[in-house]
Amino acid sequence: MMQHLIILPIVLPMFTGLFMLLNRNGATHPRRLFAMVSTSLLVVVGILLLIQSNDDVVRYYALGDWQPPFGIILVLDRLSAMMVLLTAVLALGSVIYACAGDDEQGSNFHGLFQLQLMGVNGAFLTGDLFNLFVFFEVLLIASYALLIHGGGKTRIHSSFHYVALNLAGSALFLIAVGTLYGVTGTLNMADMAQRIPMLEASQASIAQVGAMLLLVVFGLKAAMLPLYFWLPRAYAAAPAPVAALFVIMSKVGIYGILRIYTLIFGTQAGVLADIAQPWAWWLGLATLVLGSVGVLAARDLRTQVSYLILISIGTLLAGIGINTQQATSALLYYLIHTTLVTGGLFLLADVIARQRGKAGARIVRSRAVTQVAPLGVLFFVGAMAVIGMPPLSGAIGKTLLMQSANAPEYKVWLWAILLGSSLVSVVALSRAGSTVFWRANRKEETSETMGALRGVAMVLLIGASPLISLLAGPVAEFTEATAAQLSDTQRYIQAILPADTAGGDA
Amino acid sequence: MEALYATMTGALAACGLYLTLRGRTFPVVVGLTLLSYAVNLFLFSTGGLTTNGAAVIKEHAGHYADPLPQALVLTAIVIGFAMTAFSVILAIRVRGELGSDDVNMARSDESREGKS
Repeated sequence: MMQHLIILPIVLPMFTGLFMLLNRNGATHPRRLFAMVSTSLLVVVGILLLIQSNDDVVRYYALGDWQPPFGIILVLDRLSAMMVLLTAVLALGSVIYACAGDDEQGSNFHGLFQLQLMGVNGAFLTGDLFNLFVFFEVLLIASYALLIHGGGKTRIHSSFHYVALNLAGSALFLIAVGTLYGVTGTLNMADMAQRIPMLEASQASIAQVGAMLLLVVFGLKAAMLPLYFWLPRAYAAAPAPVAALFVIMSKVGIYGILRIYTLIFGTQAGVLADIAQPWAWWLGLATLVLGSVGVLAARDLRTQVSYLILISIGTLLAGIGINTQQATSALLYYLIHTTLVTGGLFLLADVIARQRGKAGARIVRSRAVTQVAPLGVLFFVGAMAVIGMPPLSGAIGKTLLMQSANAPEYKVWLWAILLGSSLVSVVALSRAGSTVFWRANRKEETSETMGALRGVAMVLLIGASPLISLLAGPVAEFTEATAAQLSDTQRYIQAILPADTAGGDA
Repeated sequence: MEALYATMTGALAACGLYLTLRGRTFPVVVGLTLLSYAVNLFLFSTGGLTTNGAAVIKEHAGHYADPLPQALVLTAIVIGFAMTAFSVILAIRVRGELGSDDVNMARSDESREGKS
């Protein structure tokens, strides 16, 4: 039974999603309960997978028992397990929040939500490049529909941009995969990693084209600098629980870069070794700068949180660019923190918008929120965490990352820009917080309060920051081990392709 | 044959790209469709072009076409078809809701998100 655990993060949301879609006219209450139970089960599966991956063995699950490199495989290592658990926790928060009423604003929310989870988990687990494309499409098509959940002009409008851009991205993905298949003759990532160093010079330059195209595709998903303009608009327009879940989608891009450019085009890849890292470094820093400008310029809380995501993406990309084991470990810690906290902030911005009537989430003087104390505390904790103020997790993540930038050419740039962006975030968020909570008119009687479900969801996601600060030791140990495993590509390849098939007819 | 095939794929991709960059939703959708056709053709050629070769590998087959790109193209066609259908419906919704098929319409709505 335990060996089938790897496929559960895909199968469980798939069946839940299909059941929800077939049963679309059922009563609301049981559907919500079912969605919450299923997502909680996903968290349990994630924890089990994490425990399983903790023994440093790279496991794979051959679908239909077609052995690699010919069949499609799912691979479980520390990084995949961590990402699956992170997705599940974020999804649990979103689904709890959605059950407070957002799910009934349109049809099929829970079904699409589960299908999106299936796509995200599949992308994290798969060990096959084309299968990665398929799971990208699964998560994208679910996200297209979720983005316009509830309707409204801004949503439909921003959704068209999002769809057109991602369809073009998918086309590029296919070209990249086709190019790489053309030169290596395989789609299995481990097998491809083995064949890339053996390519002749003329073939290697074609493979380089494929590799850089893949960087564009993942950069589009992750919202790397020239490709991020869709993100603030789309995320700010999406319904809150959907926006919270979308936070993991940009991390899918980060995961893709991390996986492909350490495994296939990593240090062992001969002439193609580490080709993406310099790009990730400079574009990451530039994303960081522009994200900071955006945070400062945002006039709406949701747009502001979207730009905070850009800051986190820039930080993560810069960490990838440093390309040392220590930096990878630091960026993985930061990734856990930023995903949960920015997800929580999206939910919080929505609750604030609901309680302020006409002003909504705009950062203007207006009537006070009904529940100043709980929302204020959550905003304070969330803002502190996302800025990176000690003692919360953002500070730990950023400090680890800055420590890992040992070489002076990295240190100068990273320290200046990262600390500068933190300062800008302090200014922007304290202005937003004081406008929303302090420069407010008197309360009105009619305002609604947040229900228990919304409160629980926000506390779950924003409260994760103090929690992973308290557990910083074990979490950092785990990310260190993850980074070590990630850099040991030979072990990964040998786990999937035993020695007798290795080094075959390349 | 390779040159002809490559030229045609390139021409399709160029037309697709041009239409995708147009300002109205319908050309954009058509452009994305053309782009996906070009991509399908490209994928098909990744295994090398083979004439008079069967797709299936026999036990001692000497001359066969690489079957994997064909499987990939099938998958890509199915996905591309679904995406096209979705984007057509979405374009119709955009036209209906915003009263215009201009891709960049309604920028002024941005600051009023809270009200909608």
